[in-house]
Amino acid sequence: MAIKTPKIDLRTSPYIRRSPSVPQIMRNVVYALIPLVIFSMVHFGISALALIVVTTFSCIATEHLFCKWAAKKTTITDFSAVITGLLLAMTLPPGFPLWMGAVGGFVAIAMGKTLFGGIGFNVFNPALVGRAFLQAAFPVSITTWTPTHVAERFIEFIPSTLALPFMRPEETAQWTAQVATDGFTGATPLALMKFQQIISDNTALFFGTVTGSVGETSTLLILLCGGYLIFRKMLDWRIPAAVIFGTAISAEFFHLIDPEAPRALFMILSGGLMFAAVFMASDMVASPITPLGIFVFGVLVGFLTVLIRLYGAMTEAVMYAILFGNAATPLIESFTQPKIYGARKK
Amino acid sequence: MNFLQFFGKKTFSHGIHPPEYKETHHQETRRLPFPTQVILLLGQSIGKPATPIVHKGQQVERGELIAKADGFVSVPLYASVTGIIKGIELVLTARGTRESAIIIETALSSGQRQLAGHQCDIENLSRQDLIKAVWDMGMVGLGGAAFPTHVKMSIPKDCKIHTVLVNGCECEPFLTTDHRVMLEQINHLIRGITIALKCVDAPKAIIGIESNKRDVLEAIKPHLPNDSSITIEMVETKYPQGAEKMLATALLGVEIPSKSLPSAIGLAIFNVTTLAEIGRLLPQGQALIERIVTVTGDDLEKPGNYQVPLGTPLGHILDYAGFTGNEAELILGGPMMGMSAASLDVPTTKGTGGVLVLDKRATKGDDIMPCIKCSQCLQVCPINLNPAELGQLAAKRQYDVMEEKYNLNDCFDCGCCSYVCPSNIPLVQYFKIAKTLNRQRHQ
Ligand code: SF4
Ligand code: SF4
Repeated sequence: MAIKTPKIDLRTSPYIRRSPSVPQIMRNVVYALIPLVIFSMVHFGISALALIVVTTFSCIATEHLFCKWAAKKTTITDFSAVITGLLLAMTLPPGFPLWMGAVGGFVAIAMGKTLFGGIGFNVFNPALVGRAFLQAAFPVSITTWTPTHVAERFIEFIPSTLALPFMRPEETAQWTAQVATDGFTGATPLALMKFQQIISDNTALFFGTVTGSVGETSTLLILLCGGYLIFRKMLDWRIPAAVIFGTAISAEFFHLIDPEAPRALFMILSGGLMFAAVFMASDMVASPITPLGIFVFGVLVGFLTVLIRLYGAMTEAVMYAILFGNAATPLIESFTQPKIYGARKK
Repeated sequence: MNFLQFFGKKTFSHGIHPPEYKETHHQETRRLPFPTQVILLLGQSIGKPATPIVHKGQQVERGELIAKADGFVSVPLYASVTGIIKGIELVLTARGTRESAIIIETALSSGQRQLAGHQCDIENLSRQDLIKAVWDMGMVGLGGAAFPTHVKMSIPKDCKIHTVLVNGCECEPFLTTDHRVMLEQINHLIRGITIALKCVDAPKAIIGIESNKRDVLEAIKPHLPNDSSITIEMVETKYPQGAEKMLATALLGVEIPSKSLPSAIGLAIFNVTTLAEIGRLLPQGQALIERIVTVTGDDLEKPGNYQVPLGTPLGHILDYAGFTGNEAELILGGPMMGMSAASLDVPTTKGTGGVLVLDKRATKGDDIMPCIKCSQCLQVCPINLNPAELGQLAAKRQYDVMEEKYNLNDCFDCGCCSYVCPSNIPLVQYFKIAKTLNRQRHQ
């Protein structure tokens, strides 16, 4: 008896592979962001939800269009555009005009990603590119904060949300005064610290009951979501750890120089640092891959964040710190190549 | 001393934990019936192919010399069946190349008794004579690398070997030949170790096994000599624990310097099956003409460990093991470092420890995506290279930079990087090509 010759497949070693693949990782990052989306909805109402939907859709549409344009197979199925959209929305104020959000999504993908050659080639985190653009283009809207837990938040939009394209968004100050119950000033904890020397309560910061950008307020929730990804080995814990470490030592350092400056804990819990450390700095493509490089990168980002927060003109410092870190990544990598096994010690 | 040793763990840093799939480990070795013909490649080891000394139509006996060594880094070849030389032809190999082979048509009616050699008195042979005897039997490393054993045993004059490491890790998934040998041939193994100790003039040997082979530990312990010249130790189950460098690090906490042989730090490392075969064959003056092969994978009715004559075509093995599939990958060796064969006519060689049949298993889809710099590959490379950077340079064909700045030549193709890469980048493949092209360029 002789066996019948089977169809023989040829591949190269290794013949077994570990999951996950890139789309699986990306999908899980989306899952990890969902609790934050829900939290922001509870917190800020339908305006936040609408903003998230708009930026995400804008990112997907932009990616799809560019793929079509380049006559490539569409890459939206790898979920990375979804992540960019979600991340971008998370960093914007809840009442941010939707049309501006759409512009931000477009810029994030077009200039932050496609321009460099798509996934894997972007030098910067695309969501941050989008945000930096919005910050420059719409400095007022992006720093206009509205209070949380407004009674009508599930049935009524924040007035600025529905501003027409290229129109000045409606003033929210009056609306804010109307709906706010407890003397809300429209300032985030960081702004309070910077401009009024009021240090917010760390517990409130931890649970996220303060105001701020859509998805950045609850440190606890961010840690849980990030923890899930770390547990699934889809997020490199070393990056957030290094950023937090860098922020902490820099904060303490400046506190020594100037006792007026806030301590480490406040710096870590406020102003979206946690969100940026866990979800933004850890953008794999734009951060170093060498073990020492990761550490250097994190500490650099942490240091720059504290520096800009204390001495710069803006409060949302961590975004710029990360963009700067992204730019420095090739340099950092070049001097932090790992030492190989059996290298002669001299 | 390495950092992991510090915590009392016998292992090396990085590496991966693939599923083991070692379902055949409790299956006793059985003899495969003789095939109707064997295809004996002249080059079955690292180094020069052997030179044939037989002609077409000649009658040969099982165990008879049919090709002699061509230079020092080359080993002789013996007939693995009794029969008639059908010819010396170019045949397809697992590597996809065509190479010279002696084809013998088996005389199935004959008794197929192995030619008796000269009994060899190990006690009274000099070191040189022993090494010569190992050479004469055509021995090569049976762990897969197929490096001529006598070359390995010829330690450079300025090196003094203090320990022989006996490699019983068998870290490749699926394969269980070493495991079986360590259970079934303990006396041969101990004798082989004694011979190796004499050949390299070393006082002691350590057998290193992975922690998934606890039964081996129990089985071997009572047979170890009382003077504790041979000991056995367990190391963590992790791929590629069976690589020489990784084993040295796990057992002794030392690093074999880059671009050096283990002898540079006083070590000689041999695979268990190699030594067991030396212990079995050398005293009888017999040569290496068959080896144990793990036949396993999908769609097989009788997977198991088989004693297979060298040069047996894959088709014969699959036939006997009851292959029932319609489509498969046929892999010679393990799933991490093996090679897929393109035809059922491809023969086994001295280095073939496994025949693996896989139907589409554990693939992540074949889409290759750009590197997303997840750094997974850096976190698993046992040599601590930067596979991501090497991969990007390979894509740009900067092979010289890979070698000069990123230590390409320290990569030993273990495949950990490709195994984890979420973008499915065939990193090892790139590195193999780059190394080959660099070698050609330097010539
Ligand atoms: S194949 Fe080479 S680069 Fe890849 S993990 Fe193994 S040694 Fe490192
Ligand atoms: S594992 Fe693959 S995707 Fe990740 S850094 Fe290495 S080469 Fe790039």
